[in-house]
Amino acid sequence: MNFGVVVFPGSNCDHDCEHIFTDVLGQSVQMVWHKETSLKGLDAVILPGGFSYGDYLRTGAIARFSPVMNAVKQFASEGGMVMGICNGFQILLEAGLLPGAMLRNKSLHFICKDVYLKVENAATPFTGLCKSGQVLKVPIAHADGNYYTDPVTLAGLQANAQVIFRYCDRDGKVTPEVNPNGSLDNIAGIRNAEGNVLGMMPHPERCAESMLGNEDGRLILASMVEGLKKAQSKADLVKA
Amino acid sequence: MQASTAITKDLVAQHNLTDDEYKKILDILGREPNLTELGMFSVMWSEHCSYKSSRVHLRKLPTTGPRVVQGPGENAGAVDIGDGLCVVFKMESHNHPSFIEPYQGAATGVGGILRDVFTMGARPIALLNSLRFGGLDTAKNRHLMKGVVAGIAGYGNCMGVPTIGGEVRFDDIYALNPLVNAFCVGLARKDKIFLGTAAGVGNPVIYFGSKTGRDGIHGATMASDSFDDASEQKRPTVQVGDPFQEKLLLEACLELMAGDLLVGIQDMGAAGLTSSSCEMASRAGNGIELDLTHVPRREPGMTPYELMLSESQERMLMVAKAGNEDECIRICRKWDLDVAVVGTVTGDGILRVKDQGKVVAEIPAKALADEGPRYERPYAPPGYQDMLTNLNYDAIPDVKDAQAALLALLESPTIASKRWVYEQYDHMVRTNTMVRPGSDAAVIRIKGTNKAVAITVDCNGRYCLLHPYEGARLAVAEAARNLVCSGAEPIGLTDCLNFGNPERPDIMWQFVLSIEGMKDACEHFKIPIVSGNVSFYNETNGLSIYPTPMLGMVGLIEQADTAMTQWFKQEGDDVILLGATREDLGGSEYLKVVHAREQGSPPFLSLEAEQAVQTCVLGLIREGVVQSAHDCSDGGLAVALAECCMSGPDRALGAVVRLSPGRLRTDAVLFGESQSRVVLSAKPAHRQAILDRAKRLGVPAVVIGAVGGVSLVVYLGDERATTKTLDVPVATLFDRWAFSIERTLNHESLS
Repeated sequence: MNFGVVVFPGSNCDHDCEHIFTDVLGQSVQMVWHKETSLKGLDAVILPGGFSYGDYLRTGAIARFSPVMNAVKQFASEGGMVMGICNGFQILLEAGLLPGAMLRNKSLHFICKDVYLKVENAATPFTGLCKSGQVLKVPIAHADGNYYTDPVTLAGLQANAQVIFRYCDRDGKVTPEVNPNGSLDNIAGIRNAEGNVLGMMPHPERCAESMLGNEDGRLILASMVEGLKKAQSKADLVKA
Repeated sequence: MQASTAITKDLVAQHNLTDDEYKKILDILGREPNLTELGMFSVMWSEHCSYKSSRVHLRKLPTTGPRVVQGPGENAGAVDIGDGLCVVFKMESHNHPSFIEPYQGAATGVGGILRDVFTMGARPIALLNSLRFGGLDTAKNRHLMKGVVAGIAGYGNCMGVPTIGGEVRFDDIYALNPLVNAFCVGLARKDKIFLGTAAGVGNPVIYFGSKTGRDGIHGATMASDSFDDASEQKRPTVQVGDPFQEKLLLEACLELMAGDLLVGIQDMGAAGLTSSSCEMASRAGNGIELDLTHVPRREPGMTPYELMLSESQERMLMVAKAGNEDECIRICRKWDLDVAVVGTVTGDGILRVKDQGKVVAEIPAKALADEGPRYERPYAPPGYQDMLTNLNYDAIPDVKDAQAALLALLESPTIASKRWVYEQYDHMVRTNTMVRPGSDAAVIRIKGTNKAVAITVDCNGRYCLLHPYEGARLAVAEAARNLVCSGAEPIGLTDCLNFGNPERPDIMWQFVLSIEGMKDACEHFKIPIVSGNVSFYNETNGLSIYPTPMLGMVGLIEQADTAMTQWFKQEGDDVILLGATREDLGGSEYLKVVHAREQGSPPFLSLEAEQAVQTCVLGLIREGVVQSAHDCSDGGLAVALAECCMSGPDRALGAVVRLSPGRLRTDAVLFGESQSRVVLSAKPAHRQAILDRAKRLGVPAVVIGAVGGVSLVVYLGDERATTKTLDVPVATLFDRWAFSIERTLNHESLS
């Protein structure tokens, strides 16, 4: 599969995503400079973590005006798979591709540590290799991961199974005590109503190799590859 | 020449130049300097830039070795790790600005050290830091610590360089002079190292990065002076950092360096445009002609004096190969950086500065950069030294409640977990971090190879106070031991020498002895010192910090999968102690925490015994027969054992241990800080192999117990002893140790 990793000024997990999809998952990756206006030829697009535009003003608030974001919207509207990790998630929120907003962490500190995630919906192309309710250990690294939205939108997210990951304890219990940043309903990752755009604060690309002591994140990224393959073979069938 | 401000005696003194130094300037120029020139001399000849008090002594340090690619004198040192790669590293202080404005002071310290490393053509792969604060019982010290940690996090996290380790220690002596030392390690191709040289007459000199503003003027001069009560008024001399701009600068630099465009490059750190231009010219034996008219500026009306002395951050100067100007400018603009050709390399050896067509400064580059004053300052031990060292141990009662003492030590901020600190640092970005903060050393893999590097920072300032020579040797030994316990062979060292006022003979004595100690230890272990920094004048109202020669050491792990961690892994494993325990209570954390004494002689160190232990541990780790390795340092064996039990990331494991005290006091056995000791855990099947190897190398080795249970239990005496000296649930140990700093910082009712 052909993955595009968007590089905004200040992106800093772009190389990490490139490394995982090429060296670990054996896919091809194209780095997409934020001034590009077309995403032709890509099967999926990753908005990586980092501090796009220094996170000045508000996380993701300036990046959403980069020329590439029009192309990302177009790509998503045509059903293309888009995944935003950390700052990428924040940009997707600011760009309106996902509902809600990010507030500063409740502690007002940047937090970098392993957390546990509960897979709330395994029937998505981003989680197809996971089991429903499975607990994954994945690190977070952010200062603004305190997800917020209005009650109506939240009810909609819950009703449509759009909440994909929630912060939980080692045994999968979702409690306020294990919520690292204060996010509403312990939300760690959501998708759009159509199901092809995912945003998540934790970094699956940081825990996808045995050498780093944890491979849980690989399940998510490999799910994406599988999801794309399935979609493609379906499309091929239709064509045939 | 520019309209002259009269150069009065007062003006010279305001620039921190002595009468003799001013006479030297008159000799060099053959005339009176103008104000701009006086300013340029004052920053370049400041202690911070010229190393005038330290240079004659620094020369004694060993700086060469088969792996050394670049030694001291450049922006950073470089050491070969094979596969055509080298690690590029340096440590630097940002103490003075961090006291005045903790967030920005610490942030720009990180920014400066990153630039030193990527200027060499290396991509930064790791940051570490070493911090000293006063006790957390005052609001001021808590404010300083919170600000410094947030500043380091704010800058490093945004840059996408993981902050993977460091050390934080607390002592009231640092209350008015906190230390903030930042250490950066980069990775470069051995054949693509860039130097700060202005070679090739006629080549263009190009400025790029941020615009120049009025911030940080005389920062280097401030850093070369002691503090008094009015020091907080120096806030305007602290620069303001913009890590986003630096991230763009980093990517632009690496893109510029990927092509064949550059002759030399240097960042504008202390003394800004002045230092970068004269140092590059001097290294090449050339001159540079600068035209300030083209320098990008933040505001109009800046004088040549301000432009030459500004320490605005995130700026670089490069010398391009003639004809490549346009390509250089294109790359800088791609990254939205300001860029301008501001000068030319000349053959006359003069740094000539023009503004609006007029010459405003004209100084031989070499005189500015390299011919500053050199001082062989007098040195002598202070009168109080004997009082510090002489301690009558008979007057100190042996420990009665060992459990209370252990918990007090684990809770003391110097020993307590630094979780609150490192969880604010992104320590995983770049996906190389194999061993995260919280083990003896951090370990990062080198992608594309089978290798990894281990990195540590160490210095016990109290040992150095009690005996500067021994303290420095102990720091080298401990740093090397930390690397070895992580499975690495030490290959290079950078230092950051923090001391008081060198014009005082007792401070100079501490400095000279520390250098001697480092020299002897480094020569013994064959570890070259490839870069470094000296920070003098860490003194407020006449009170100096403890001598603190901070050491950053890098080690190589040939097979990354042999990297080792400090915590116990499995129930039933043997616990083995390597090395001998002596009555080393002097200067210990135990004496300070429990008896409120910072006295005595620091622990005994035999370099031969240390080498033997390290050889033994490294051999065992490479052979794959140990499960964990942890060095005994602050708080001695009891604290080391507690850390083995509770510092693992996933689960805690207890241990039952039996120690035979011989004729030693109980507190010396449990909490004494005897050197050259390592706690191993290993499967019983490997016991004999371990004991045999230790015996062969002449290393004392004893199986002292086994991993298991939910408590740390220690018996003192032979097999017949049935009284437990320690019996503490690991959960209790963990709670005291892991959350101590957080609890203290959140305790708002403290004054």
